[in-house]
Amino acid sequence: MSLLIASLIVLLLTGAAALFTNSRPSMANRIGPFGCVLGGAMGIVPTIMVFFGSPALSFKANWNIPYGNFFIELDALTALFLLIIFFFSILLAFYGSGYLKPYLKTRSIGTSWFFFNILIVSMALVVLARNAMLFLIAWEIMALSSFFLVTFEDEKESVRRAGWIYLVATHIGTALLLLLFIYLGKEDGAMDFDRFKVPVGMANMLFILAVLGFGSKAGFMPLHVWLPEAHPAAPSHVSALMSGVMIKTGIYGFLRIVTMLGGPPQWWGIVLIIIGVTSGIGGILFALAQHDSKRLLALSSVENIGIIALGIGLGLLGQSLNSPVMTFAGYGGALLHVLNHAVFKGLLFLGAGVVFSATGTREIDELGGLMKRMPAVGTTFLIGATAISGLPPLNGFVSEFLIYLSAFSGLTSWNAAAVPALITILGLALIGGLASACFAKIFGVMFLGTRRQKYDSTHEHPVGFMMKLPMYVLAALCVAGGILGPWMMKSMESALAVLTKLPMQTIGDYVSTPLLYVAGVNITLLAVIGLLAILRKRLLRTKTIGTAVTWDCGYAYPTSRMQYTASSFTQPLCGSFQFFLRTKNHHHEASGTAVFATETRDWFLDGIFKRMFLWFDHRLSFFRRIQHGRIQLYILYIVITLLALVLWKMRLP
Amino acid sequence: MIQFFHILFAITFAPLLIGVINKTKALFAGRRGPPLLQTYFDILKLLRKGAVYSETTTALFKLGPIVGLAVTVVALAVLPFASSKPLLTFQGDILLLAYLLGLARFFTVIAALDTGSSLEGMGASREVQFSTIAEVALLIGLAALARKCGSASLFDIFSAISGQAWQQSGALLGLVGATLLIVYLTENARIPIDDPNTHLELTMIHEVMVLDHSGPDLAMISYASALKLWIFGTLLINLLVPIHGLRFLPAHVVFLIGMIGLAVIVGVIESCMARLKLLQVPDLLLGAVGLSTLAFFISAR
Repeated sequence: MSLLIASLIVLLLTGAAALFTNSRPSMANRIGPFGCVLGGAMGIVPTIMVFFGSPALSFKANWNIPYGNFFIELDALTALFLLIIFFFSILLAFYGSGYLKPYLKTRSIGTSWFFFNILIVSMALVVLARNAMLFLIAWEIMALSSFFLVTFEDEKESVRRAGWIYLVATHIGTALLLLLFIYLGKEDGAMDFDRFKVPVGMANMLFILAVLGFGSKAGFMPLHVWLPEAHPAAPSHVSALMSGVMIKTGIYGFLRIVTMLGGPPQWWGIVLIIIGVTSGIGGILFALAQHDSKRLLALSSVENIGIIALGIGLGLLGQSLNSPVMTFAGYGGALLHVLNHAVFKGLLFLGAGVVFSATGTREIDELGGLMKRMPAVGTTFLIGATAISGLPPLNGFVSEFLIYLSAFSGLTSWNAAAVPALITILGLALIGGLASACFAKIFGVMFLGTRRQKYDSTHEHPVGFMMKLPMYVLAALCVAGGILGPWMMKSMESALAVLTKLPMQTIGDYVSTPLLYVAGVNITLLAVIGLLAILRKRLLRTKTIGTAVTWDCGYAYPTSRMQYTASSFTQPLCGSFQFFLRTKNHHHEASGTAVFATETRDWFLDGIFKRMFLWFDHRLSFFRRIQHGRIQLYILYIVITLLALVLWKMRLP
Repeated sequence: MIQFFHILFAITFAPLLIGVINKTKALFAGRRGPPLLQTYFDILKLLRKGAVYSETTTALFKLGPIVGLAVTVVALAVLPFASSKPLLTFQGDILLLAYLLGLARFFTVIAALDTGSSLEGMGASREVQFSTIAEVALLIGLAALARKCGSASLFDIFSAISGQAWQQSGALLGLVGATLLIVYLTENARIPIDDPNTHLELTMIHEVMVLDHSGPDLAMISYASALKLWIFGTLLINLLVPIHGLRFLPAHVVFLIGMIGLAVIVGVIESCMARLKLLQVPDLLLGAVGLSTLAFFISAR
């Protein structure tokens, strides 16, 4: 425990040191990442030990905040999330120091690292906290520090807008959480998690509060609107941290609270399954229609959160039907997907960041042919794209397979689970197909073919080894995750025990045998691919190999602009879903050249939330009279409030 | 050992099916047609040739056919046929089969995009659209079977299907059969979804994606598509012609006759029908999703 606390202190101190060396940016750009690596490495040791089954650690200190206790505990469920946090702290430190190098002269690097380190500490505290006050404070610091990281390039109007939307969204979530914790704590008058009691008959309402409150952080549709705004705006290592790691704290919080609410009724599971299918299909459809690389990736996070929600939903349903197989496969798939998504989404965001550094654009329709210029980055990106599409032999398939398995076991043995399982299977199948279309698109258009538009080479920055190293590590993990599936499931035993309160032996080898087979097939597949590649090479060794241009139907002047683009590639699919996507086509002719562009905006934001807020704004504008900027009157308000409170307190016996 | 024999059996006879389809079509058109073994000859010829590569392409262009063939060969390991156990059978092997084929498709699409050709981009774009819907139909159809037979493993499912099962729940099995037939035609790029013989690139889907491949690469692609025809055919024949209680050799003969019969049916369909307009293909596939969902609700009763 002391090592863990020391690691948090290291992160805080180096963050502060980075802030104080702001005037010497290259120094700050060393201190900040150094702290992340050191702190992460120190923290990861106890985390791994607890994750693999050593007993939970806890630490309690008195705190003079009302209802507050500095009460933290590291159990297996926390350890799973903490493992991701510390691991990314180390990896992203390498990447970030490379990524920020071009900005050394123009931006305050120290501030950026300060908030980065604070963000890591606050995320760690969120998953460690066992006291509601501590949790909420950490939650709030996490929101604010990531807000400042998002607004790194604050001179851009779009970035400020993104930051603003994020700030509003996260605080609505926090308000609901406050309510949730007050209800949980009021029975016993204490805010420690272990003294929480569910008021009689309130479980359902608390469940809804948890779905909304944590769902707004995790990005459940339609509460996802801040994600595609905020994640692309941030520097790439921050996007990777937010999309891969931070939104998972929402999942963590939800799981933690749900275990306190007692045995779930069936409809809880069904609600999560419906949320999962909507977020999954909606997220990937919006992603499919995008041509800004980072926006696409952010929307695909909504999809993956949907997949995780599907797993949790099946787990809840399994608990209420008393089916351990469904429960373990569902929760197991969800937790494994939490881990896997962090790995491949992190990888893809880092890849998009490298491409942005190297070309100065995030618009994928301007790119093309990067595979030749940066083969290593291209290969890792392809591995990430294959993994996120849920295809074997990589890690994404293993977690989706578990969720499918949960659904299939539900529909073969329970009548009540048949329709939810059908929805899950339909959803996952459609998500899988759309995701592979979406990631074939982003990889194909960015890395294959030839460059579509001439670019301005002034925005190019060299991409150093420091930035590539984390990508290699993550790509290797994608491959390892596909092969080590059974072992991963086994290692999550203690974490699953926290959720299911059952030992894993209850399900025998119902889940582990299929995983073993899948792993075997994955290894065989890799071996057969290798064999065929050798065979092909041998066959061609003595033959003549010619080069020519791509077959062009005899057309004499093919240009790179004739290639399929992101918009044209997905046009047929997006066309089928136009009723949902509401893509707008813009075309205009300017000085002899016709310009055509598609734009798919998030109508949840424009159509629902904007209108809702405008309505509130209109109705509540009356209260603006109170807020007029005269300090004397403000002080008067405070005096009146205090007086009223004193009178109220005196009235009570 | 016997399980390895199955894989060899499939690898040996798969290219024959394409020959049967083409022969049937030729007979309908009043031609003599290419020999039954033409696909074997083509593959052998291509394996002996050199290759030509576009300067736009990268190593991924060469990886595409390799992954395609590797996947179809590995997929044979989970495929039961002639009522005997496959090499691997476990809960959820259905999904592994579907997703392995998804991987092959993903890499075919990547290899097509690697050429930078607008024609191949077009084919890739259509392929992802149609196969996305076809995959949903396939998985729901299999889910209906899983619900009916109480297991998520292909071998258990097909062992449970018998003449008696057809009498009891013919509607369900019939609906799944129709779904599987549409998926079979889509995934193998046959009429009415796609035309393997057309030389108008604008109307092709699958064939246009492999325009730039040559030599051993093309041989691998041809072999992989023959195996794919075999894989989806196996699902259909296991469902439609439940063989139980036969001994090893007769079972395999009956099974092979079934597969050839299916190929003849495909030949007949191709001779009697024109391909659908591209814009109508999604409607057909959504129809298949509808059929399989209906089958599921019958099973969930």
